[in-house]
Amino acid sequence: MRVTFKRDWIHGWLLLLPAMVFLFAFTHIPAVTTFINSFYSTPRGRRPAKFIGLENYERLWDDPVFWKVMFNNLWFALGTIPLSIALSIAMALWVNDKLAGRSLVRMAYFTPTVLPLIAVANIWLFFYTPGFGLFDQVFGALFGWSSTNWLGDPATALNAVIVVTVWKEAGFFMIFYLAALQAIPVSLIEAARIEGASCWTIFWRITFPLLMPTTLFVSINAVINSFRLVDHIFILTDGGPDNASSLLLFYIYEVAFRFWETGYAATLTVALLLLLSALAIGQFFFFDRKVHYK
Amino acid sequence: MIKSTFLKAVAATALSVSTWASAHAVDLQFYFPVAVGGKAADTIQALTDEYVAANPDVKIDAVYAGSYQDTVAKAITASRGGNPPQLSVILSVDMFTLIDEDLIQPFDNYLTTDEDKAWVDGFYPAFMENSQTGGKTYGIPFQRSTPVLYWNKEAFKEAGLDPEIAPATWDEMVEFGNKLTKKDADGKVSQWGVRIPSSGFPYWLFQGLAIENGATLANAEGNKTNFDDPKVVEALQYLVDLSTKHEVMAPGIIEWGATPKAFFEGQTAMMWTSTGNLTNVRDNAPFDFGVAMLPSKETRGAPTGGGNFYLFKGASDEQNKAAVEFVQWITAPAQSAKWTIATGYVAPRAETWETETMKAYTADFAPALIARDQLEFAKAELSTYQNQRVTGIFNDALASVITGKKDATTALKEAQAQADGILSEYR
Repeated sequence: MRVTFKRDWIHGWLLLLPAMVFLFAFTHIPAVTTFINSFYSTPRGRRPAKFIGLENYERLWDDPVFWKVMFNNLWFALGTIPLSIALSIAMALWVNDKLAGRSLVRMAYFTPTVLPLIAVANIWLFFYTPGFGLFDQVFGALFGWSSTNWLGDPATALNAVIVVTVWKEAGFFMIFYLAALQAIPVSLIEAARIEGASCWTIFWRITFPLLMPTTLFVSINAVINSFRLVDHIFILTDGGPDNASSLLLFYIYEVAFRFWETGYAATLTVALLLLLSALAIGQFFFFDRKVHYK
Repeated sequence: MIKSTFLKAVAATALSVSTWASAHAVDLQFYFPVAVGGKAADTIQALTDEYVAANPDVKIDAVYAGSYQDTVAKAITASRGGNPPQLSVILSVDMFTLIDEDLIQPFDNYLTTDEDKAWVDGFYPAFMENSQTGGKTYGIPFQRSTPVLYWNKEAFKEAGLDPEIAPATWDEMVEFGNKLTKKDADGKVSQWGVRIPSSGFPYWLFQGLAIENGATLANAEGNKTNFDDPKVVEALQYLVDLSTKHEVMAPGIIEWGATPKAFFEGQTAMMWTSTGNLTNVRDNAPFDFGVAMLPSKETRGAPTGGGNFYLFKGASDEQNKAAVEFVQWITAPAQSAKWTIATGYVAPRAETWETETMKAYTADFAPALIARDQLEFAKAELSTYQNQRVTGIFNDALASVITGKKDATTALKEAQAQADGILSEYR
C-alpha cells in the first residue's frame, strides 16, 4: 500500500517534471530574479551592480515618462478592448448566418490574425503616410481633406496605433465567438422566435448572456494583449513623437535594451507584473461567478 | 547494444567537429547592420567571401544583425552571455557605451608598427572624431556617411529657379522653398519645398543645423552636452519655423523611411537625408536630381554618421590579429571603392578616391564627391556615455518642439538638466 502510493507519487511528479522545468526556467526564476534585480543598480562592465534598496522605485515614482506610458497604456486598453470585442461579436454574428460566400468572408476576417504583426504594421505605415499614403489619397479625393500626419502628431499617433491593433485583434477573437455561437442550441432561439421576440431581444436576452464565458476568456486575453503587444509600435511610431505612443512594455524594452539600464528596467517589469496579476485576479474573482449559466 | 551505438555516434560527431575546426586556423564572427536600402548586405557578404577565398586560413562568419539598434543589442547580449563576436560594425556614437560596458578594446594593441600608425592617420579626421577617445583608437570607420541635400532639378526649373544651383544658406533655403511649395486654392499642398525627416532620431539632421550655427552638442570626452546653448535653441527655432512660419515644410514629425519615396513622387522638391541613400536615389529618381552640401548659417556644417568596426574583448590574440588584418583589407582602396559604389557610403580614406575605379565613377556621377568634400566642415556626431539614453532625451525634446508641445528654450533646458543628471557621474 505504502509502496504503490510512493510509486504513484513518483510517477505523478515525473509526468509533471518537463512542464515544471520549463515553467520554472522561463517564468518563475526570471520573475524572482527580476524582483531581486529591481533593488540593485545596473551593472556596467566597469562597475558591478550594488544594492540600492528602493532607489529604483523612487525613480519610477518620479519618472514622468513612466506615468506617461502608464496613461498611454490605460488609454490603449480602453481603446482596444471594448472596440475589438464588440467588433468581433458583430463579425461572428455576421459570418455565423447563412450568407453567400460565408467561408470567404470568414477567411477575410481572419486574415489579419494570420499576418505577422510586423508585416501588418508595415502595411499600415503605408496607409498612414502623409502625402501619398492610402488614407490621404482616399480622404483627399472624397472630402478634399488636406494631408494629415496621423503618426507624427502626438494627438493622433496613439489612436492610429489603436486602430491597427483593433483591426488585428478582432479577427482572432471572432474565431472564439464563432465557436461559441455554434455551440448555442438552436432550440432556444427557435423558442424565442415562436414567442415573437425581436432579433434585438434574442441577442440581448439569449445569445449575449450565453456568450459570457467566451467574453470573459476573450477579455482576459485582450487585457493581456493590450500590455503585451508592442511589435507594431517599433515599426509605426517608435514610441514617438515625444513618447506620445509609447506603451509600458515598449518603454521597458527601451530602458533595458537601448539604454541598457537593466536595473531600472527590472523595476518597471515588476510594476508591469503587479499590474497584470492584479487585473487577472480581479477579472476572475469579479466576473467568474456572473458568467456561467447552468 | 544501444549504448555502444550511441557512444560510437557521439565519438564520430566529436571527431568530425574537431577535424572541421582544425581545418580552419582562425574562426571569426563578424556582426554587421544594414541601415539604409540598397545592396549593403550583399556587398559585405561578397567582400567577406572574397577575403576568405584569398585567405583559406581564416574563416569569417559574417552575420547580418538587423538595424544598428538591433546590432548593438545583439552584440551586448552576446557578450554578456559569454559569446561575443570578435568584430562588429556598430554605430560610431556607441563608442562610449561599449567602453563603459567594457566590451571593446582599442585597435592600438595590434597597430604597433609605424606603417600601421600611418594607416590610422589615413582616415578622414572628421570620421576619427567619433572613433578615438583618451588617445586611443576604438573604432575604424567603415559604413560612414554624412547628410546631404538632394534636389529635384525639374521642380527647380518649373519654379523658375536655376536647376543647377542648390540653396547655399538658411535664408536661401527658405526663399527657394517658398517658390517650390505648390498650394491650391484651399491651401492644400501638393509639393513642399523641403523635407527634413524627424521620426525616430531627429537629432541627427538637426545636428547639421546646430553645427551650421556654430554649436557643438557634446564635448569630445562624452561627458557633457550643450543642449541649451542659445545657438542650439536658434537652430531648433529655424527648423520649426520652416513649417510654422515659412510654411515650406510639412508640419509635425516627418517620417525617415518615406522620405526618399516622397522625393521620387514629387511631394517635396528638396530633401535632407543620408548620403547612404545616394545609390537608392540614383536608381529610383524618375527625374534629374542634384546633391549639395547642407546650407550654411555661420558656416557650412554637417554631422558624420554611420558605423565603425569595433574589436571585441574576449578573443584570442590570433583572432584579434586576423580581425585587424581583415579590417585593413576591407578598408583598402580596391574594396572600399566597391563598397562606396554599391551603397553610396563615403569611402573613409583619401587614397580610395584616387583609384581609377573611383575616378571613373565620380567622373560619371559627380554627386558622389559632395559628401567627401563636406567632410571638411563635418563634426563628430552627438555621442556621450549612456549615449542612447542621453540622445533619447534630446530626441524627445526635439519631438516635443517640432509637434508644438513645448517651446524650444524650455524643452532644451529640460533636456540639458536631464543629461547633466546622467552624465555627472562620468566627469
